[in-house]
Amino acid sequence: MTQKLFYTLVVLCCSWGTHSVKAQTDIDAIMMGKRQLCIGPMYSYTSWNNYWEGTLKRSNENLGTVSAQMFSIMGNYGITDKLNFLFGVPYIKTKASAGTLHSMQGVQDLNLFLKWMPIEKEIGKGTFSVYTIGGISFPLTNYVADFLPLSIGLRSKTASARLMLDYQVGNIFITASGTYVGRDNITIDRNSYYTTQLILSNEVEMPNATSFNFRAGWRSDKLIAEAVLNKWTTLGGFDISRNNMPFPSNRMNATTLGFNFKYVLTANHALSLTGGFNTAIAGRNMGQGTMYNGGIFYVLDFVKTKKNGTQQQPEKID
Amino acid sequence: MKKIVLYTFFILAGSLFIISSCKKEIIGRTDNLPPLSPAKIDANAGDWKTILLTTASEVPLPAPAATNTPDYRAQINEIKSFQARQTAEENRSVKYWSAGAVLRWNEILRELVAKHNLPPYQNPDGTYPFPDANNPLAYPLFPFANPPYSARAYAYMSAAQYDALVAAYYYKRLYQRPSPYEVDPTLKVLSGKSELSSYPSEAAVIAGAAVEMMKLLFPGDQDYIQRKAEEHKKAMITCGACVRSDIEAGEALGRAVAQKFVARARTDRAGAAAGNAMQWKQLEDDAIARGETPWLSLETPKRPPMLPLFGKVRPFLFDSVTVIALRPAAPPSTNSEQMKKETEEVYQMIKKPTREKTAIVHFWADGIGTYTPPGHWNAIAAEDFISKNFSEVRWARNMALLNMALMDAAIVCWDTKYYYFNPRPTQLNPVIKTLTGIPNFPAYTSGHSTFSGAAATILGHIIPEKAGAYTAMATEASLSRLYGGIHYRSDCEVGLASGKSVGNYAVQRAKTDGADE
Repeated sequence: MTQKLFYTLVVLCCSWGTHSVKAQTDIDAIMMGKRQLCIGPMYSYTSWNNYWEGTLKRSNENLGTVSAQMFSIMGNYGITDKLNFLFGVPYIKTKASAGTLHSMQGVQDLNLFLKWMPIEKEIGKGTFSVYTIGGISFPLTNYVADFLPLSIGLRSKTASARLMLDYQVGNIFITASGTYVGRDNITIDRNSYYTTQLILSNEVEMPNATSFNFRAGWRSDKLIAEAVLNKWTTLGGFDISRNNMPFPSNRMNATTLGFNFKYVLTANHALSLTGGFNTAIAGRNMGQGTMYNGGIFYVLDFVKTKKNGTQQQPEKID
Repeated sequence: MKKIVLYTFFILAGSLFIISSCKKEIIGRTDNLPPLSPAKIDANAGDWKTILLTTASEVPLPAPAATNTPDYRAQINEIKSFQARQTAEENRSVKYWSAGAVLRWNEILRELVAKHNLPPYQNPDGTYPFPDANNPLAYPLFPFANPPYSARAYAYMSAAQYDALVAAYYYKRLYQRPSPYEVDPTLKVLSGKSELSSYPSEAAVIAGAAVEMMKLLFPGDQDYIQRKAEEHKKAMITCGACVRSDIEAGEALGRAVAQKFVARARTDRAGAAAGNAMQWKQLEDDAIARGETPWLSLETPKRPPMLPLFGKVRPFLFDSVTVIALRPAAPPSTNSEQMKKETEEVYQMIKKPTREKTAIVHFWADGIGTYTPPGHWNAIAAEDFISKNFSEVRWARNMALLNMALMDAAIVCWDTKYYYFNPRPTQLNPVIKTLTGIPNFPAYTSGHSTFSGAAATILGHIIPEKAGAYTAMATEASLSRLYGGIHYRSDCEVGLASGKSVGNYAVQRAKTDGADE
């Protein structure tokens, strides 16, 4: 066994796991104000020693610890107070600590989102808000998908639709969202492959996926701290057979549990630090990864720069 | 407020619809083929040179019943009733099998190889279990269809089908039973018509030989294989190409001829190819005694070498003495300057691999979970044979030539590998990381190169206008192993040349088997 596995984690952590940082992510209940841009670099490190071969958890002495480092730039621009545009571009480098397989690196997929808050309403003692988020992603480079677990991504073009609900009372909040991810077929370098049957094509059908995300914690002007549970489910695909390599169209599932924080450093909210970790508590055809991340984000206020107007709140925190 | 909720709902529903509707089904390269319509019917193939059969009529086949008997008419009525209540699934089945029986059984074999090409997982004590042919469904599943095993499987199935078809064509000419649509002109024909007589059915001969060979080669997949065979036979009756007694005679003939190949396979020494711990140790000691660094498994825990005695298996195209005569001269000594230089070249190759070279490595890798390099050459050949519209017997003859060359290439290559027991580049310089898995056997000579050299040579004889293209493919396949960091240049170059020598034996046979006339 060699390559493939666990890229899945990379899928989640890299093209997907941007969800662990706030104020600039597509999966939290925070909006930038009109004509404000929150932008910054983020770093994450994911590693695993065990993986799920189908549903069987195992290790692999010919892989050792498989790790992925991600450097990314992410941003969130307020088109209006209720409509935000988000983007993220990761550079990823993977490595196996044992065995002979070559590491892989490169710029992965561009992720774009439109986030809209159609409803914000006082209900009881708190504020209830509803968000819809539409996203697309596509590879920016011709990286190798079919070298799991060391591939930096799966190359599939995706489109996603998400409905998210948030309720906050005082500084306590809870957010829940559900996402459907459509994934386009990919092409690989070889022209035949075996799933549960032999396929004579270089094209691979990628099953769609769903994701459910729950987060709850403390949210104030200065500090956000939250626990996050995420469940990614691939709707189809096949299991890795015994001692085989992973393949991009495997049925990859993962449930991760983690913690995130965001701390505002300056009085005018311009500079903030983010950090977090999560770990896989259940999975299938994926590495049992643990991820750490950190980032620094800066808010550029184009309203202020141009009109010399008053500082707006960079976030909606009601 | 209501409007907003409605909008939100529509936007979400709309995007979900768009996302899920743009899915495209994968269509394989051979999924939608027209019925096989031979450019040349090869009516005299009963005279072609057989491989194991002493004569085309060695296996007796009784004369068919006359076509004016009630029994025959009943069989025609069976076709008509099948056609009258044909389901969409049966319709697809007729289309699928009409593309060619040798082609489809070759694809099925490739599929089984890919399914079974998985190295066993280790025991808790760090040793490795071996698949057991007598208990094929227990882990580790039998077989581990690695390259030598599968090269041999492709060869036996193709060769058995070829001999069985020569016999079938002999009996077709002898008995001259007309096809059912000639006997009853009102009968619809759903596949191509053939000028050959229909007794015995060549499709059933091919299926019968395949099923019989696969009992030996893939004993744990009988349910799948039998289901395919039943589907095949039914499709051939439904399409009106032949009646049930044509099928039954063909199947019996195919099975009986394959029995000769099964008997040969049981005694061709492949069963002992895995060797034992003493023999593995001996290989290492011998290399040390020669002053060389012996090969070591680079897997953890260390896996016993793959089929070290496969070089002793009985070849098809020459004898075992010739295997030794074909063994290339020694590789550069592991202590030599030349070996240092070659190791350094490999390191330079993988330091910063380009995307183009990585694609070449992966295109030709044919590693675990695939149909192996011999299977890849079968795929290349099959897709070219489709465009040539060969008759079934010519398909079988060409596949047999290709696969006997590939099996004998495996034998010569494995003999060479274990004679010299040469380490992989990563063993001499652990900094060398690879773009594909390192196969668990010695480096010299490259298996991919030997297979490709042999395949390109015989295919270039079969389809001369593509000879240059085959040579280019073989060279690329060979060099892909250097680009991937798992072979030295000399492994590749010498392997390619050695494969060509093996391929020439197949060309010699092709020139004299009667089919080139």
